[in-house]
Order: sequence, then structure tokens, then C-alpha cells
Amino acid sequence: MTEPAVPPLVVGPMTLRSRLVVGTGKYIDGTTMRAAIAASGADCVTVAVRRERLFNAEGRSLLDELPLDQLTILPNTAGCFNADDAVRIARLGRDLLEQLGNAGSSWVKLEVLGDRATLLPDPIGTLEACRELVNDGFAVLCYSSDDPIMACRLRDAGATSVMPAGSPIGTGRGIANPAAIRIILELLKSPAHGGSPDYPVIVDAGVGTPSDVTLAMELGADGVLLNTGIAHASDPVRMAAAMRLGCDAGWLGARAGRIAKKLYATASSPWEGTITSIPGE
Amino acid sequence: MIVHVNGESLEIPPKMSLRELIVHLGMGDRPCAVEINKKLVPRREHETRILAAGEAIEVVTLVGGG
Repeated sequence: MTEPAVPPLVVGPMTLRSRLVVGTGKYIDGTTMRAAIAASGADCVTVAVRRERLFNAEGRSLLDELPLDQLTILPNTAGCFNADDAVRIARLGRDLLEQLGNAGSSWVKLEVLGDRATLLPDPIGTLEACRELVNDGFAVLCYSSDDPIMACRLRDAGATSVMPAGSPIGTGRGIANPAAIRIILELLKSPAHGGSPDYPVIVDAGVGTPSDVTLAMELGADGVLLNTGIAHASDPVRMAAAMRLGCDAGWLGARAGRIAKKLYATASSPWEGTITSIPGE
Repeated sequence: MIVHVNGESLEIPPKMSLRELIVHLGMGDRPCAVEINKKLVPRREHETRILAAGEAIEVVTLVGGG
């Protein structure tokens, strides 16, 4: 019997082999990053847009480190605190990826943040930027809080995917409000709520452990995006492999029909044929 | 004339194109995206875009991020 397979993740124009998307930030070196990406199984990685080091260039650049022919690049707008800046950065990222001939030139991970301490999304700026980028032809993957109404607003603004945070970026606190994520999934995916089962919802940020990934997938998320949980683990390559397994476990488990929770125990071994003393009998 | 490149002042000859500046900066054979005065100048326009004194030029690339 063959092992049940996890199907690809379809997000707008992209079909990803892996439902785990990983970041490329915070790694101690390029070798570790490449090994961790490979162990994660991810075929899509996020990157940021920053000033070229023109005047004090040293070391290798990310473009030297990544196997660009094997990966779909998802450029982000990290570091943006208003819609105008996010649109600027998205356009710069697109121009770069067009030069590289990478499929990632058609989409963007939109982040418009509220402040540097919390890194929580600015919902108004995110919505403004989403509208403008959709009009400009981008497939927009919107980083959002776990607010279900905001998720619907972003979807209605044309976002290709809504990506609610499990918890704030880099905190490793996991899925802080599973009920909110579940409601987002209901609203965006259930036809009874005006959603579509095919609408992709990716939990993004705050993931610290493989079980966090599994929980997100068990709740019904289509994928998980994380960076720090792997990059800052003591053994990033081992953690990347664990995150991959956690993702597959959650996807399969969510579709395998879990048992109902019961207050009292149910024996797995038969009572019939017991030769022991049983209390009360 | 003086232009501002990634926050630093730089003296360049008059009528220099953006592409010539990028080559001058040693970036001629590497992918980079550029905006001038906060507006993207697409790669296909780098050869024809002539720089003016005082313009703010940002040359960016991709770095690790989440």
C-alpha cells in the first residue's frame, strides 16, 4: 500500500509542491540556509528587498546562495509601514525577479506593519496596498492579523491568499487563537459564508514548533509560512525536516476524520475473554 | 553634478545614463532594481534614462527575509 500523498498547494498562478513555505532570513550562513530549505521540502521561499551594498560590499549575496532554478521566489514587503512604500517595494521586487526570469515576479507577499515593536499588520495600510497591487496585476498574498473580518475584507479586495498570523512575527508562540483561525477558514472557504473551498489560506508567522505547523494544518489551513522557527533553531536542518513532517501530518490528519472526544474511556483491547478481576463486576 | 545613490552623495558626469551609473558602481553584470525619486525605473529603461542633478537613486537587490 502506498503512503497517502499530500497534493500540491495552488495559490493563484502558482502550484507549489510543498505546503510549507520558508523564509530565507536570519540564517547563520548560506550553507545552513540551503540545507534547511532542502530539508524543509519547500519549493517556494520568501525574500526581502533591500539596498544593494554599493559602497562596502562584502561577502556573497542571497542571489549567489539560492538555487534559483529550483525555487519559486516570493518577494515580501517587509519593513514597510505604509501602503505607498509597500507598493514601491513590490514593484522593485517584481523588476528584480523579471530580470532573474523567476516565476515569482507575478506575486508578492504583502506586509504593511503597524510598528517596529509588535510587527503587527496595519490593517488599513494593508487593505490600501492590496487594492493598488491587485490593480497593478500582482497576485497578492496578504499577511494579516487573525481578525476574521479583516481576512474577508482582504479577500474581497482581490487578495489571492489571506495569510493570518499564528502569533506575532518571530515570537514562536504558535497559534495563539485557534478559534480565530478556524473562523477565518470558515468565512473564506465555506460556501455557506460566501467563501470558496479552493481559496488558499496560509498561516504565516509566529510558528515555533512542528506541532504548531500541525495544528495550523489540522485547523484546515492550506499551508504554513515560517522563517525564524527554523532559522533560529539550534539545529535548523533537523528542525526544517520536522516542520515538513508536521505539515504533512496536519494535512493528512485533518482529512482522516478524527475520533469524537469522549468523557469516559473506551478500551482498545476486548473485554470478551478477560480472565482477570474487574472492579464492579 | 551630484546625485544621491543609496543615501550617499556621488559626483557623476553630466548626461550619464542610469545604465552607465550602474556599470560605474560595479553592478553591470548583476540583477538590480532601481527607483529614482521613489519611482521604479524598469530595467528596460535603464539605458535611456538620463540622470539629473540632485536625483535620489535607490539600487536594491534581494536579501534573506521571511
